[in-house]
Amino acid sequence: MKTKSSLQSRLVAGAAMLGSALSAPWALAKVNDLPGGPGVNQLNLTPGATAMSLHLYDLHNFVMWVCLVIFVGVFGVMFYSILKHRKSLGYKAANFHESVTIEILWTLAPFLIVVALGALATRAVVAQKDTSNADITIKATGYQWKWGYDYLNGEGQGIQFLSTLDPAHRAMSDAGAPEGDDYLLKVDNPLVVPVDRKIRIVTTANDVIHAWMVPAFGVKQDAIPGFVRDTWFRAERTGDFYGQCAELCGKEHAYMPIHVKVLSQEDYTRWVDEELKKIAAAADDPSKVWELDALIARGEKVYAANCAVCHRNDGKGAAPIKPLDGSAIVRDDDHSKQMAIVLNGAAGGAMPAWKQLSDTELAAVITYTKNAWSNKTGQLVQPAELSAARGK
Amino acid sequence: MSAVLDHPGGHAHEHDHAQPHGWRRWLFATNHKDIGTLYLLFSFTMLMVGGLLALGIRAELFQPGLQFVNPELFNQFTTMHGLIMVFGAIMPAFVGFANWMIPLQIGASDMAFARMNNLSFWLLIPSAIMFVGSFFVPGGATAAGWTLYAPLTLQMGPAMDMTIFAMHLFGASSIMGAINIIVTVLNMRAPGMTLMKMPMFSWTWLITAYLLIAVIPVLAGAITMTLTDRHFGTSFFNPAGGGDPVMYQHIFWFFGHPEVYIMILPAFGMISQIVPAFSRKKLFGYTSMVYATASIAILSMIVWAHHMFTTGMPVTGQLFFMYATMLIAVPTGVKVFNWVATMWRGSMTFETPMLWAVGFIFVFVIGGFTGVIPAMAPIDIQLQDTYYIVAHFHYVLVAGSLFAMFAAVYYWGPKWTGVMYSEARGKFHFWGSIITFNITFFPMHFLGLAGMPRRYADYPMQFADFNAIVSVGALGFGLMQVYFFFFVVLPMMRGQGEPAPQRPWEGAEGLEWEVPSPAPWHTFENPPKLDASATRVVG
Repeated sequence: MKTKSSLQSRLVAGAAMLGSALSAPWALAKVNDLPGGPGVNQLNLTPGATAMSLHLYDLHNFVMWVCLVIFVGVFGVMFYSILKHRKSLGYKAANFHESVTIEILWTLAPFLIVVALGALATRAVVAQKDTSNADITIKATGYQWKWGYDYLNGEGQGIQFLSTLDPAHRAMSDAGAPEGDDYLLKVDNPLVVPVDRKIRIVTTANDVIHAWMVPAFGVKQDAIPGFVRDTWFRAERTGDFYGQCAELCGKEHAYMPIHVKVLSQEDYTRWVDEELKKIAAAADDPSKVWELDALIARGEKVYAANCAVCHRNDGKGAAPIKPLDGSAIVRDDDHSKQMAIVLNGAAGGAMPAWKQLSDTELAAVITYTKNAWSNKTGQLVQPAELSAARGK
Repeated sequence: MSAVLDHPGGHAHEHDHAQPHGWRRWLFATNHKDIGTLYLLFSFTMLMVGGLLALGIRAELFQPGLQFVNPELFNQFTTMHGLIMVFGAIMPAFVGFANWMIPLQIGASDMAFARMNNLSFWLLIPSAIMFVGSFFVPGGATAAGWTLYAPLTLQMGPAMDMTIFAMHLFGASSIMGAINIIVTVLNMRAPGMTLMKMPMFSWTWLITAYLLIAVIPVLAGAITMTLTDRHFGTSFFNPAGGGDPVMYQHIFWFFGHPEVYIMILPAFGMISQIVPAFSRKKLFGYTSMVYATASIAILSMIVWAHHMFTTGMPVTGQLFFMYATMLIAVPTGVKVFNWVATMWRGSMTFETPMLWAVGFIFVFVIGGFTGVIPAMAPIDIQLQDTYYIVAHFHYVLVAGSLFAMFAAVYYWGPKWTGVMYSEARGKFHFWGSIITFNITFFPMHFLGLAGMPRRYADYPMQFADFNAIVSVGALGFGLMQVYFFFFVVLPMMRGQGEPAPQRPWEGAEGLEWEVPSPAPWHTFENPPKLDASATRVVG
C-alpha cells in the first residue's frame, strides 16, 4: 500500500501521462526491434536461434494454416447460409435432420486431423525432453526476484553469480517513463554460454515457483522450490537473447528478466578464464578485518543489488516494507538483532532470509545501513561477527 | 412498477397462501423465478465489479511504465478479476438461467428443493462481501493469481484466508445448486418429457451439474490444504516441509479444467436452442449433441495437466495430455458442425438473440482454434503463461459463455418480463460488444506470440502499441455492458416496451413458450399433458 501523498502524486503523474499519451499514443513508441528479444509489434513466434525454436515456428505456422483452411471452410458454409437462407429473401425452411453418415463423417474427419497433428508434434515433445549428453550443465535458481546461475558441469564449472535487473530500469518503471530497446530486459550479469554446444539448464527455486523462458531458444521451464527440473538448448549463433520470468512469483514478477549471451567458443573460454581468476581473487577471507570506509563501499554495492528493490535507495522503504533510515534496530549498538533478521528473515517471509550471501557481503551491507543516510552511527560489523551469528 | 419485480399476488388465478411481501419475498424466496432473478442480478453486479478490476489492469497496461498502481496492487487486480469473474459472475449467472428456465422447460412446478435453493443463493452474498472486502484488510487482496498456486499462497496476508473461506461458500452454493438441478431434472419432468426429448439447455445443465458435484470438492480439498499449510503447520504444498507445489497444480487443475466446461456447456445448450428457433428448423443432430456434450464432460476430466506442460512432466505425461486434449476438438467440432447444419437451408431471421448466437459461434470457434494450438505440447512451451493464453481463454469465456448468456437474455427476457426489448438497442449492444471485444482480445494473440508474459504490471517497449489498442478496446467493451444494463435490462425490468406475446419467436419450441408472458409466478402447478414431441401442452 502506498502512503496517501505518494498515491496522490502518482495519480497526478498518471493523469499527466494519460493526457500526453492520448494526444499521440503511437508517437511514444520510439523503440526498435531488440535482436534476440521481442520485435516492435511482432506478430508471430520468433524463428529464434535454435533448431527447436525454428521447428516450433514452422510447426505453429503449419497448424495455423490447417486451422485457417477449416475456418474458411466452416464459416464459408455458415455465412453462405446466412446470406442466402433468409426468411427476408423468401427462403422456406427445409426439414431435414439426423444423418448418421454425415455425423460419422464429421466425427471422423476432425479425429483424423487431430491425431495427425499430434503425430507431427510427438517428435518435438520427445526432443524437448531429451536433456542427455549435455556439454555444459547450468543450474538456474529463481529467487524473489532475480536469477542465480551455477555452472555445475562442463567448461566453466564452479562459476556462479546472481543476475538482477538493472536498477535504473526498475526506477524508470516506477517513474512511468521507460525508454530503451532493452527496457526491463537488461541485467547486471548475463548468463554466458558458448555457441553450438548443448546447454542443459537445471531449474529450481528458492522461494516460490518461477519459470525460466527464452523464446528465441524455444525454452520455458518452471523453476520449482524443493524440486529440480531441466530443459536444454543449443544456440546456433552468437548474440544476446532475452526472456522474462513466466510464472507469477509475487510483486516484482515483471522485473526478473533472463539475458543469455552466446559467445564463440574462443570468447567463451576467455570469459571462463577471467571469471575463474576473479573468483580466486575475490574469494573473501571471512576472518579479514576491514576498514570502515572499504566495508561501506562494498556494502553499498550489496545493498543496490539485493536490498534496494524493496527498501529503496533512500532506505525509506515503502509500507509495508520497513524503513531502514532511522530504524532503531539498524542504529542499535547491539548488532545481533539486525544480523538475525538479515540471516533468517522477518515478517513471515516478507523480509526474506539472506543466508545465501557471504559473511563478508552481509557484514558489508549491515555496516553500510548503519552508516548510510541519517544513520551516521560509525558502527562497524566485521565478517567474523556474521560467522559467529550464523553458527547460532 | 416492474414486470419482474411486480408483486406476484397480482395474478388473478393464483391461489395465494400467505405470500411474503417486500424484502421478505426476496430474503425468504423459494420461488424458482424469484431466485433466478436474484442470481442474475447478483452475477451482473459481480460482472461489473470484475470489469472495474479489468479496467484497472488495462489502465495500468495502457503504456509501459507504472502509472496508476504499484505491482502489488496490480497482482491483486488480476487475481480478484479472475476469481470474481469465474465464481461471482459466470457460474452464478448460469445457475440463474437454470433456476428460471429448467422448471419451465421440463414442465415442473418449481425446483425440487426450494429452501435449499434459497440457501444456495444467499450463501453467495457473504462470499462476495469477503472477496471484495479482502481489498481492505492489511496487505490488500489475494495476489497469487486466480489459480492460487502454492507456495506463493503461503506469502499472502489474511486476505488469502478470506478468499479460501469465500470460495468454500461459493463451492457449497454450487454443489447445492447442482444437486437441486439433478433432482429436479430426474424427478420432476412432466409426463411424456422423456430424457431424450428434453430441451438442450436442460440437458447440458444436467451434465454440468454432475461435473460440479465431481470437481468442486476437489477444489475444496486443494484450498483447505492451502489453509492448513498456512496456519496449522502441515506441508502438503510447502516445499520447506517436504511438500510438493506441483501436486497443488494437479489437484487444482483436476478441478480447474472441468470448471471451464462447467462454464461453457450450458452456453452450448442455449445456443443449441436459439439457433433452431431463428432458423425455423429442428436442431440437426439432437442425439449427437447430447452425446457430444457427455463426451466433452468425460474428456474434460482427463486433460487437466495440459495446463502444466512447463512444469516438467515426463515425456509420456506430455504425450498423454497432449493427445487427450486434442481429442476434445472432436466433440466440440461436432457441435459447431451441428449448428451450421441447423442453419443450412433454414429460414433465418436475425433478431438480437440470433445475432448473439451467430457471434458466439464465430468467436468461440476462434477460441477453439487457439485452444488446439497450445494443446500441442511443444508449441505450448512457447505460449504457456503468455498473453496468447489470456487471449484464448477470454475468447472462450467472454465470447463463449458471456455472449451465449447475452443471447439467452434477449431470447428469454420477454418471457421473464412480459415486454420486448428494443431491437435497435439490442443490435447496438451486439455490434458494439463484438467489435470492442475483438479490439480488446485479438491483439493479445500477437503479444503472446511475441513472448509477453501474463500478469505483468510493466512490459518492454516493443509491446506498447498493442497494449494501448487493447486498453482502448477494453474500455469500449466495458461501456457497452453498462449500456446493456441501463438501456436494455432496466427498461425491461420496469416493463417499458411492447408487450411480449406468449411465443415471441416464430420458430421457438418448448414448454416455456406455452405459458403467458410474463411467466406467472406459479407455472405447471399440475403436470401438463404434452404432445408426442414434448414441446407443446395439449389439453
